[in-house]
Amino acid sequence: MATNGSSLSRPLGLLAELTHRCPLGCPYCSNPLALDKRSDELDAETWARVFREAAALGVLQVHLSGGEPAARRDLEQIVKAARGAQLYANLITSAVGITAERMHALADAGLDHVQISIQDSDEKSADRIAGYDGASQRKRALAAEVVKLGLPLTVNMVVHRANIERIEPMVELALALGASRVEIAHVQYYGWAMKNRAALMPTREQVERAVKDVEMLRQKHRGHIVIDAVVPDYYARFPKPCVGGWGRRSLNVTPAGRVLPCHAAEIIPGLEFWNVREHSLDDIWRNAPAFNAFRGDDWMQEPCRSCAMKEKDFGGCRCQAFLIAGDARVADPVCHLSPHHALVEELAQVRADTAYAYRG
Amino acid sequence: MSEEPVTSVSSAARPRLPRGVRLVHNEAQGGWLLLAPERVFKADAISAEILKRCTGEATVEAIVDDLAKSFNAPRERIFADVTKLIGGLADRKLLELE
Repeated sequence: MATNGSSLSRPLGLLAELTHRCPLGCPYCSNPLALDKRSDELDAETWARVFREAAALGVLQVHLSGGEPAARRDLEQIVKAARGAQLYANLITSAVGITAERMHALADAGLDHVQISIQDSDEKSADRIAGYDGASQRKRALAAEVVKLGLPLTVNMVVHRANIERIEPMVELALALGASRVEIAHVQYYGWAMKNRAALMPTREQVERAVKDVEMLRQKHRGHIVIDAVVPDYYARFPKPCVGGWGRRSLNVTPAGRVLPCHAAEIIPGLEFWNVREHSLDDIWRNAPAFNAFRGDDWMQEPCRSCAMKEKDFGGCRCQAFLIAGDARVADPVCHLSPHHALVEELAQVRADTAYAYRG
Repeated sequence: MSEEPVTSVSSAARPRLPRGVRLVHNEAQGGWLLLAPERVFKADAISAEILKRCTGEATVEAIVDDLAKSFNAPRERIFADVTKLIGGLADRKLLELE
């Protein structure tokens, strides 16, 4: 497949990691183990340029994320810039550290939607997972504020061994908070989550029960709340179509301006990432070596190369292939057809009730 | 949408896009799109015509009349299409019924 020609698809979404700073320490954080420093963060003006270039490239939605995006004092200005570029502005927040007044100002700046993470329906457990006393109360208070302002709210709940048996009360909580959407996201094992894998990994029975719970709750609350689910990777037979295919639908800009095909991509050795400080987003999307590394199917090996599923799952996740099989070019080991699949099954059996390594 | 909507749509309802849901036209992405919380839906030509009229002012009845006239199509058929689309979108929190 040509990578520079007209067949190049256009990205729909931009994940803007405004900062890696965060008051919480969630052990499943997908940020890299080595965090970008505050002094290296892009300024608001550069973000504004990136948003304009993103819109010209076809991007429709920008997800303002981090770390905790509100750790930036100029977040209002950044939201305005996103809307000024005609992008749909989505805030992904821990909710800790945002006052009611600030939320008001962010809504006035043109925010379209807010996603708040909630760690558990049980408050003690939630605060323990977040590594922050009182986080749960603050989150609930800000959620109420978001709804009062008339902004749509998504509650994001990352599911793992400590809370997987409380999916029903977690969805009930999202409903009670006035969310129109809830995301039940099984932990994906990258970054800090990889480091804490044994402490987070649920059992197969728990996962099977959780999948049934979600289906039951979807039917029960249809028309009242939308339930989206991120599948539990390690117990699947087929891999996820990671980020909708490498360099096809989305891009990720780190706090310091490096542009990645997905947020974990920097763990893959040998990839060359370009920075928005030196290149336009259009140039990066078309020509950056990291973006072209796994586009199309030239890079694929068997069993992917001759598999009909390659059009749907694109061989799964490159980062996972590297993390588990040691080679980013092989099939995602989650796939039951992968010669490395037994490794995934073994890893899922490694569970230990050790203390979390909280992110820094 | 294969399932029947659970939201019932009356002729007097005034559908509108809630805050956080926007209908946009984008050449680069190939036409009409509904931007929603962390999701993007492609809107076909018929859906876009219906959604453009979901302003919170027009009733379902008025929208159906308008479409029947504009496209010279049978009213019953349009009514069925409109209520199915609106009900399905309301189920997914992409439309509000006043």
